[in-house]
Amino acid sequence: MGGLFDKERFEELRKKNAEWESKFREACLPFEVTNRSGRAIKPLYTPLDVADLDYERDLGFPGEFPFTRGIYTTMHRGRLWTMRQFSGYGTARDSNRRYHFLLDRGQTGLSVAFDMPTIMGYDSDHPRAHGEVGMCGVAIDSLKDMEILFEGIPLDKVSTSMTINAPAAILLAFYICVGEKQGVPSEMLRGTIQNDILKEYIAQKSWIFPPEPSMRIITDILAFCADHVPKWNTISISGYHIREAGSTAAQELAFTLADGFAYVEAGIASGLDVDRFAPRLSFFFNAHLDFFEEIAKYRAARRIWARKMKTKYGAKRKESLLMRFHTQTAGCTLTAQQPENNIVRTAYEAMAAALGGTQSLHTNSMDETLALPSEKAVQIALRTQQILAFETGVTQTIDPLAGSYYVEYLTNRLEEEAEAYFKKIDDLGGVIKAIEAGFFQKEISDAAYRYQREIEKKDKIVVGVNEFVIEDEKLEIEILKIDPRVEKEQTRALKRLREERDNDAVRRALEDLKRAAAGNDNLMPKILTCSRTYCTLGEMIGVLKEVFGEYKEPIIY
Amino acid sequence: MERKIRVLVAKPGLDGHDRGAKVVASALRDAGMEVIYTGLHQTPEVIVEAAVQEDVDVIGLSILSGAHMALFPRILELLRERGADDKLVVAGGIIPKDDIEELKRMGISEIFGPGTPTSQIVDYIKREVEARRA
Repeated sequence: MGGLFDKERFEELRKKNAEWESKFREACLPFEVTNRSGRAIKPLYTPLDVADLDYERDLGFPGEFPFTRGIYTTMHRGRLWTMRQFSGYGTARDSNRRYHFLLDRGQTGLSVAFDMPTIMGYDSDHPRAHGEVGMCGVAIDSLKDMEILFEGIPLDKVSTSMTINAPAAILLAFYICVGEKQGVPSEMLRGTIQNDILKEYIAQKSWIFPPEPSMRIITDILAFCADHVPKWNTISISGYHIREAGSTAAQELAFTLADGFAYVEAGIASGLDVDRFAPRLSFFFNAHLDFFEEIAKYRAARRIWARKMKTKYGAKRKESLLMRFHTQTAGCTLTAQQPENNIVRTAYEAMAAALGGTQSLHTNSMDETLALPSEKAVQIALRTQQILAFETGVTQTIDPLAGSYYVEYLTNRLEEEAEAYFKKIDDLGGVIKAIEAGFFQKEISDAAYRYQREIEKKDKIVVGVNEFVIEDEKLEIEILKIDPRVEKEQTRALKRLREERDNDAVRRALEDLKRAAAGNDNLMPKILTCSRTYCTLGEMIGVLKEVFGEYKEPIIY
Repeated sequence: MERKIRVLVAKPGLDGHDRGAKVVASALRDAGMEVIYTGLHQTPEVIVEAAVQEDVDVIGLSILSGAHMALFPRILELLRERGADDKLVVAGGIIPKDDIEELKRMGISEIFGPGTPTSQIVDYIKREVEARRA
């Protein structure tokens, strides 16, 4: 193996580069500027910046170690990314209608957004749910709602991603039960539960139980799915929310991978062979506005994951080394001002994700800083992906920015920064200890505040917000309104359910779940029994809380 | 010396989006105010209790879950019950325009949407608190 460049000619190159640099400086322009992550950026990159790059060691071929250029041989030539718009609101009936709309418009996979009570483990009739039912996602209280949500959608034909974390085991159980009712065995189900509790403590903040029992639930899911739901993505290890909370690209990369390694270690510690569960781990990244840095981030992520899985965790199967990932364009880059401009932002971000080799993509709708997206806005967002895929030619060539001095430099640099963070996290005693110490939370809120100050000083421009502003702007787009009837309807349906079901069976199933939680049995079969007897989500979470307790966050800003 | 402006930054509702609340809390602190942050997932009862106990001048509510029309009126009602409705109440988050108008009628003094410079929030709070103290 050898480097990409003829190093004997570097001396000459260095001289010429210095000459060019002094000419640039004569223009009295700053030589280094910072990007949105606070990274210093030079005006020009040359072979000198990637002098040690070794093609086979650092890049390789698509589908070959270290997978920098992509995880599959054929990449988007063979299979386009899945167009997966995150969606859900109101009742299961409302959302079912939206799913049929999206599938009719050519969407290729479903992605369920749940409302806050479902995410936090409350039934729709719980006092804490008041005002929240169906507002920012669909309300799911029991298997009954899940049956309606997937009415007319054959689960052997679609793949479904569910953005659910603390109660992930329960929603997975509901999904398996819907499959049973449709005659689709769990072995055939394809989809994803987010199930990434570590990033909840770090960034998204929708937790229920403390870290230790949360990790136990996750390893129970890993073991259960390895045996019974082999095509299911058991965790979608998410950087998206870390970035949305204000992190830099390097932090998103580092913290997400650190979480990934923590799950791998937990799985191994629970007695599972790494090659039994690692192939079903998937990832979820943000696509922010800094085009080249984002592409480099995806490339670095694949390389780090493959290298570590192979050398540190001793994975033998190729599938264990592959970082498969979903991408969502950055919600935090959208503006409430001149919302139509968000279509353009989203398109650039989506292109970075495509060039970065994503396996699936959600494009945000232009109106998401104002409300849940309207049908029109969602259609434009989906069309943005379709134009990207079918008109721009980005799918024709795999990893076309490889070999760009700048992109390769950024890829290397991001890997180095991630490694430095891994070391810091190790020094703190691992991810959970670092969470308890508030390490990630502080890093992220500092970065968020720094960025906000840059905007206010106009060091960074946001079109329509601190520059190119339209005074007294009139909003001219339609806004989706959630009907307050949703809460009443859900509450009424829940009352009926509690009356009609076999409440003795419910009580027995819940007692059984509680016993398993207090002991060491895998929780999944117990949760499945509870689901089949129409225990509600809130009832199941309730008994688990009795055993596991609840998490309290350290307050840091 | 006049006492520093005391602000309770509160997150009612179940959503965990605390980027905005924390950025605003930091900006108010850097502007010389005393800031108490409640943490996430607080009920109206807990927020009002904290506001009364901490004797704050201002309550800043941040919510992105869509539950503002249920939770904000409840907070205002509890403040009235406690005789604490002289406090300035401001809010931010994802709040549609129609709701903003209604919430202002109910007694939220100002609602700062996405993209608001923190300096604007600081200026507003200073101006309003000074007017109330005068």
